Amino acid sequence: MTSAEPASAPSPYSDAAQRDVANHLGMWTLIATEILFFGGLFLAYCVYRGAYPAAFSAGSHRLDFWSGTVNTAVLLTSSLFMALGDAMIRVGRRRGLQVCVTLTAGLGVLFLAIKFSEYREMYAEHLVPGIRYGAAGPPQMQLFLFLYFVMTALHAVHMLVGIGLLGWLLTLNRRGRLSRDRRAPVSMVGLYWHFVDCVWVFLYPLLYLIPR
Amino acid sequence: MPPLNPPAPPSRGYLSDGTTVASWLCTRDHKRIALLYLFTITFFFLIGASAAALMRWELTRPNGDLMTSDTYNRLFTLHGVVMVWFFLIPSIPAVLGNFVLPLAIGARDVAFPRLNLASWYIFVCGGLIALYAIVVGGVDTGWTFYTPYSSTYSNSNVMVMATGIFVAGFSSIATGLNFIVTVHKLRAPGLTWFRLPLFVWAIYATSIILVLATPVLAITLALMALERGFGVGIFDPKLGGDPLLFQHLFWFYSHPAVYIMILPGMGVVSELVSCFSRKKIFGYKVMAFSILSIAGLGFLVWGHHMFVSSQSVYAGVVFSLLSFLVSVPSAIKVFNWIATLHRGSITFGTPLLYALGFLALFTIGGLTGIFLATLAVDVHLHDTYFVIAHFHYIMVGGGVMAYMGGIHYWWPKISGRMFPEGWARFSAVTIFVGFNLTFFPQFLLGYLGMPRRYHIYPAEFQTLNVISSAGAAVLAVGYLVPLCYLTWSFFHGKDAGPNPWNATGLEWQTPSPPPSHNFEQTPVVTRPPYDYPPL
Amino acid sequence: MKANASQWAQLLVVYGALMGLLALTAGASFLPGGWWSTPVALAIATAKAFLIFYFFMRLRGQSGLVRIFAVAGFFWLAILLVLTSADYLTRLWAV
Repeated sequence: MTSAEPASAPSPYSDAAQRDVANHLGMWTLIATEILFFGGLFLAYCVYRGAYPAAFSAGSHRLDFWSGTVNTAVLLTSSLFMALGDAMIRVGRRRGLQVCVTLTAGLGVLFLAIKFSEYREMYAEHLVPGIRYGAAGPPQMQLFLFLYFVMTALHAVHMLVGIGLLGWLLTLNRRGRLSRDRRAPVSMVGLYWHFVDCVWVFLYPLLYLIPR
Repeated sequence: MPPLNPPAPPSRGYLSDGTTVASWLCTRDHKRIALLYLFTITFFFLIGASAAALMRWELTRPNGDLMTSDTYNRLFTLHGVVMVWFFLIPSIPAVLGNFVLPLAIGARDVAFPRLNLASWYIFVCGGLIALYAIVVGGVDTGWTFYTPYSSTYSNSNVMVMATGIFVAGFSSIATGLNFIVTVHKLRAPGLTWFRLPLFVWAIYATSIILVLATPVLAITLALMALERGFGVGIFDPKLGGDPLLFQHLFWFYSHPAVYIMILPGMGVVSELVSCFSRKKIFGYKVMAFSILSIAGLGFLVWGHHMFVSSQSVYAGVVFSLLSFLVSVPSAIKVFNWIATLHRGSITFGTPLLYALGFLALFTIGGLTGIFLATLAVDVHLHDTYFVIAHFHYIMVGGGVMAYMGGIHYWWPKISGRMFPEGWARFSAVTIFVGFNLTFFPQFLLGYLGMPRRYHIYPAEFQTLNVISSAGAAVLAVGYLVPLCYLTWSFFHGKDAGPNPWNATGLEWQTPSPPPSHNFEQTPVVTRPPYDYPPL
Repeated sequence: MKANASQWAQLLVVYGALMGLLALTAGASFLPGGWWSTPVALAIATAKAFLIFYFFMRLRGQSGLVRIFAVAGFFWLAILLVLTSADYLTRLWAV
């Protein structure tokens, strides 16, 4: 975006403000795409939960409520630091940005660690459809657990991408390539990070909080 | 026509700005990326067309003795997958859209030039994976990948092919995203929304479909692959899954995908009809809104592919009704094109011949679509050759005719050279005749009850099948001739000059081929579109 | 600088609200469930998402165009869910 362009490839923009709005529109378009990417899974969830409420409830109670809840708190906190980092760079505080982004990424890693330990425990309990499955309970519970794994794994992949992007921000910032006037990467990565957080905000009640 | 051998002009705009392979493969110029797409999809078109040729060859005889059923299954799947995802979807948007859109709005490039190049590389990756799937034996599920056959029973390379399509989908999304932002943010000063050429409107509406529908296809294919790999039951009734859920997800993408193929064609035809009748488009605003409403309504009708699938009949009624609604804006467009031609000063140049072909074929395709949208009639016609004929009239008779028309119309801009008009008219007429000869008999075959995807059929269907196959041979000639003379004219054609058609539109106000940066000065727009002098 | 301090304060308030909503939805799940449980949980999730979109993602200061883009994805998701339910809710047989 900001690297030196060869002279033969001038920027298509006439000024920085135009580029800024274009970046935002592009990112929001990507988010709309992502909503529908996850949307297919939400549709499958709705259809099968409608068909097999008891099996879904049983499946939900095989998940670790506290892992899910703590992870939600972890992600919401990471989003706060991301937003604070954005506020920092808006007033040119590059050190502050560095601290905030590091914390955001750290919390992201913590989230993934908790997620991974959840996966490992479920593997031990034979709750992984298609790989290691032998749970007692309604047969359609497998559908719930499959959706649980696909939805959370797809979310986790997005988290991994997000953590990579945060690392990129840290590198840019260390090299002095971010400032009050050059903060588009921070805004863009921030939008992505918050969106991935939002997906989890819906996954949490749908997967962990199905009443008996 | 003898080659004129003009003295080679010193500069051929963007074409002479770097001639090494690297200057093409690392380019961020939307015009060069358009040409990269042009070569790629032409290659895929030839593969898909060869599969069709083999199928038509087999169908000249009722006994199915030229190839095994399994080979035939793989051929029609290959034809469908390649033509839909690797030719039609990228055809007008990625080639003509990439080339013309920034020029038509007076921009220097698309909003994200690097993303644009990346989208071509992603497309090539997807294409190579799909080619690999074909080379190692192909797929026998049909292009629709219906579960549970694809997820449980098929013994062909479903996973590889699905991966190829999955990857290519991200290229669609990147292109769509790029165009949406480009149209919003990079229009020249004075170029308000209602001064945009209809081609730009059409590409914009198509881009919306690309970014909102394609992700659903991606997740659908992923679910199908997971079911196939792990047998988790998401589409398997034995474990409580519903195979129909796959169809809902698949058609939520694939019905709008039909509009990805036809809407850009409508945009191209609007340009051609207006230019070659020297009149402004009749009912411009209505045309713009009907493009948007077709794009919107296109998302509400997918259930009409599932009338006989054990979907709820009540849902069927709703989907049937919504499908009828699409015919309203479509008919408005056809009437407005005809009204534009009415009392115009018409020259029957090659692009217009294609546009007129589009009008005739799209109308037939659209009207037969109403038969199929009718719940009760569809029970008789579902999965017969009637459906095949219908969607080929839309996608080939509409989409490919418009694509060919657009390629000819903008060829002088792309190459800076004129194509030989005589040959071009000959091939336009050949394509029209060959197309009708191929596909009209299929309406009859389908109505008489010949199902799609079978290569053994009762002997009484042979005559119509032979006519159809003969038509396919004519059609093949019609497609091969332009390939030859366009290639020839790229190097040896007569110099085109900036505006050979005397067309309005910003792309004609810059030299042909345009310089890398498109315009010497950013144009300022003060007039409505299609501002032809009064007749 | 003062404007900036109030901005940070605002982000912290939003964060407090998000954590409060999380406590609410987690706590509600310990109550005996009923038909209302899922709608309430989803309403809380929607409220959280709204706060994130509006404040953290700064939709507050954005133009109408960007806001339309932000809503479009949800609108199309609604199309997918509603029209598919038109099938599943009116079938005369179970899935």
